[in-house]
Amino acid sequence: MNINALLMDARDNVVTCVAPVPKGNQIVYQRGGQVCTLTAEDDIPYCHKVALEDLNQGAEVRKYGEMIGQTTAPIAKGHWVSHENIFSVPRDYDSEFIQ
Amino acid sequence: MQFWGYKRKEGRAGIRNHVLVLPTCACGSESCRVVASQVRGAVNIVFNTGCSDVAANTEMSQKILTGFACNPNVYGVVIIGLGCETVPHQKLREKIQAQTSKPVVSFGIQDEGGTLKTIEKAVRAARDMAAEAAMQPKELCDISELLLGIECGGSDATSGIASNPAVGELSDLLVDLGASTIMSESIEWIGGEHVVAKRAATPEIHNQIIQICKDYEAHLEAAGQDCRAGQPTPGNKAGGLSTLDEKSLGCIRKGGTRPIVEVLEQAQRPTKHGAIVMDTAGYDISSVTSMVAGGCNAVIFTTGRGTPTGNAIVPVLKVTANAHTYQWMEDNMDVDLSPIITGDKTYQEMGRELLDVIGDVCSGKLTKAEAYGFSDVAVDHVCRFV
Repeated sequence: MNINALLMDARDNVVTCVAPVPKGNQIVYQRGGQVCTLTAEDDIPYCHKVALEDLNQGAEVRKYGEMIGQTTAPIAKGHWVSHENIFSVPRDYDSEFIQ
Repeated sequence: MQFWGYKRKEGRAGIRNHVLVLPTCACGSESCRVVASQVRGAVNIVFNTGCSDVAANTEMSQKILTGFACNPNVYGVVIIGLGCETVPHQKLREKIQAQTSKPVVSFGIQDEGGTLKTIEKAVRAARDMAAEAAMQPKELCDISELLLGIECGGSDATSGIASNPAVGELSDLLVDLGASTIMSESIEWIGGEHVVAKRAATPEIHNQIIQICKDYEAHLEAAGQDCRAGQPTPGNKAGGLSTLDEKSLGCIRKGGTRPIVEVLEQAQRPTKHGAIVMDTAGYDISSVTSMVAGGCNAVIFTTGRGTPTGNAIVPVLKVTANAHTYQWMEDNMDVDLSPIITGDKTYQEMGRELLDVIGDVCSGKLTKAEAYGFSDVAVDHVCRFV
């Protein structure tokens, strides 16, 4: 089965599809050399993300091992993650300065 | 590693030997275009600012104009002004001459009695300068003379996954060879600024990086604006980039992993060698404008959705890891990095391949945007671009 999605970091809870994946088809990605699969529950466009696990409303969405936003509504495993259901959280710059 | 370039009396070597036909303001731009079209070896800038502006914007325009003139890819400069702009041509010429010994002449349209008379004089001056420039032999220069600008624009999810990491690898290789690179677009560090700051060579640089992002947000907020409203762009969202943070975390990978040795303001010239960052807008045209004014010789530009942009002074090399974009817009794309997405090559392998391409561009190979003669400029201003 050909890889059609990429996991950027082991801590991520989304993968990025590198081919369009129609609803009901398998999403195939690698995690540390292991091939993993899940079923697409939406039509996932090229370059778009899909949830690897059930995400509650307000859950952190992680890609590159970092938070890319929080969910505005629950997103179930296999569903499309996009600008429609996640938002950017304001930064706390003052905590990032070093002495 | 070496390239065939043009040694300059001040600072880094040039990889091109242009006669630059430079307007002082928008009103001189069309005459500059006509002059450059008449003279082989001359390039022109179209400038939309320079008059009827507040002091901070005038300062930025002046930094860009003087920076363009001092760029090592420029052999000499022909300035065309109007006569009633904020900084007239004589004054701009004196500013440039204070920073460089390269030939600089200037004309004013009101002084000369209109555009045709100005153009006639400017064409003669540019022609003579181009003839002299053609006599300057290329010399072997060490790659450490190179200052590469690193840019991304029209990003989609392939940018952060593949093309930016490959360019980051290129940046690391260049820095290890003694060359310098600039990563800009500070608004596109937001959400990943803590990752950029980890590369800081000193605690001061770490805090400068955080401060830039904090100030950028505060600056827009003071004008009642939210940076997250303009970023990501509609095209980015369609390309799978959902938040500013996601875009940033992909963007910053193009700067590589080497220690950041200097933090520059827009259009400022570096004083150090190595991996450098510049505080510019995320608007790609404006960011490239600022890096070229800061003295970059060449720009490598990653894209996902495809863009034709070019700069008159420096070659802009377009790379994409989106196979469709490469094929569909091949007339605007220079390098196909899609083998990283398909798993046929690693981003490290393709970063090494890019080093060879950059070497060729330094020695004279034209990029596509350069061959078409594209010349995009955007000058940032008070209430910055995002």
